[in-house]
Amino acid sequence: MLLQLFLKELTLELRRKAVISGLALYLFSTAFICYLSFSLKQNQITPLVWSALFWVTILFSVINTVAKSFIGEKKGREIYYYSIASPAAILLSKMLYNFLLITILTFVGWVLFVLLLNNPLADHALFGVTLLLAALGFSSSLTMLSALAAKANHSNILMAVLSFPVVISVLLIAIKVTKNCIDGLDRSVSYPELLTLLAINCLVAAASYLLFPYIWRS
Amino acid sequence: MKTWAKVLSVVLLVYTIVAGFLLDVPRLNIVNESIRALYFHVPMWFGMIALFTVSLVYSILYLNKPSFKRDAYSVEFVHAGIILNLLGLTTGMIWANYTWGSPWHGDPKQNGAAIALLIYLAYFVLRGSIENEDQKARLSAVYNIFAYAAMIPLLFIIPRMTSSMHPGNGGNPGFNMYDLDSQMRLVFYPAVIGWGLLGTWIATLRVRVRLINDKLLNLEND
Repeated sequence: MLLQLFLKELTLELRRKAVISGLALYLFSTAFICYLSFSLKQNQITPLVWSALFWVTILFSVINTVAKSFIGEKKGREIYYYSIASPAAILLSKMLYNFLLITILTFVGWVLFVLLLNNPLADHALFGVTLLLAALGFSSSLTMLSALAAKANHSNILMAVLSFPVVISVLLIAIKVTKNCIDGLDRSVSYPELLTLLAINCLVAAASYLLFPYIWRS
Repeated sequence: MKTWAKVLSVVLLVYTIVAGFLLDVPRLNIVNESIRALYFHVPMWFGMIALFTVSLVYSILYLNKPSFKRDAYSVEFVHAGIILNLLGLTTGMIWANYTWGSPWHGDPKQNGAAIALLIYLAYFVLRGSIENEDQKARLSAVYNIFAYAAMIPLLFIIPRMTSSMHPGNGGNPGFNMYDLDSQMRLVFYPAVIGWGLLGTWIATLRVRVRLINDKLLNLEND
């Protein structure tokens, strides 16, 4: 069931390419704005500025990406899913799908930033791992919040308001590890942070898993 | 809340204020007399966590078996927790202004407390944007549990991993190592209990108002 739902998300997404290309354009535009606003002063993009710009861009693109996972759904279709699948399967399939999407998004964002701005990173493999873990954190917390926001009025504003405080702990640790990657510190320095990030991901994912049935029921 | 608890709260707080300002405190560099902030700043955070935890428990109970009363409890304990959060931030900022040199120092724990405030303000925004009462109660209970889970690493784990100027964080020793001598304990523990009880008192009063309003509304509808 889980796999089928996951494949369904994927086929739907590939079938209406407007959404996914919209997201790609959103990411590109943001990265391009960052580039243009520093256009003549490339040397002013210190590593810390790079990391701040990068994470702000990623955060906004990710929130927009995940927001559509429940907010866009039609009422009738939700009732149909409700009758054929368990809430856990629905949540996990959406989470998995969002994880895939966010991972692609963050890595494309990385490439764009390296192309348009510069590449201050010293340790690329570690940064890749950080991006993966952050993507996991974003997908596990935001999928659930998207389901929550979809039930309320003004879903889009609510999505942003609800998610910022919750993803901040993921973001803070990711930024810290990014700084380690930029400085090229020894990897053992970053392990505690990565472990904490993983632990937070597990915590949030477990909370989502337990709480989702209550949202889904309404 | 029982009458003895209210009396105890008032007595303990009067004792905290009188003894907190009059009793001897250790002389430490920079901190000096401002160490008395311990009696008014730290209990706010103990109280806030306690109140948010009570609210969390009522949210879990609500999801288990929905009732108006449980929802009222979880909302009002968040209200009271936010009051203590604001007081804790204010007292901390006043103290930091004199000892650290500026009210907002970007200390991880300070930022964590501000983010906790954001989380619970978002909780009220969520409540405000759902019209159906049952749905409002259920979804906000879900968010409350979720937000609490997200807040724990923010307040208790991340500050410990970075450099923070709060005791017990960033390799700093906790209170017990040197600065909380036995005389200060005599005021500090009563202060914690007193402020905690006061917060609970405020919350339970507000719960009663909410329940009465609900009853009035039902009478009017009949």
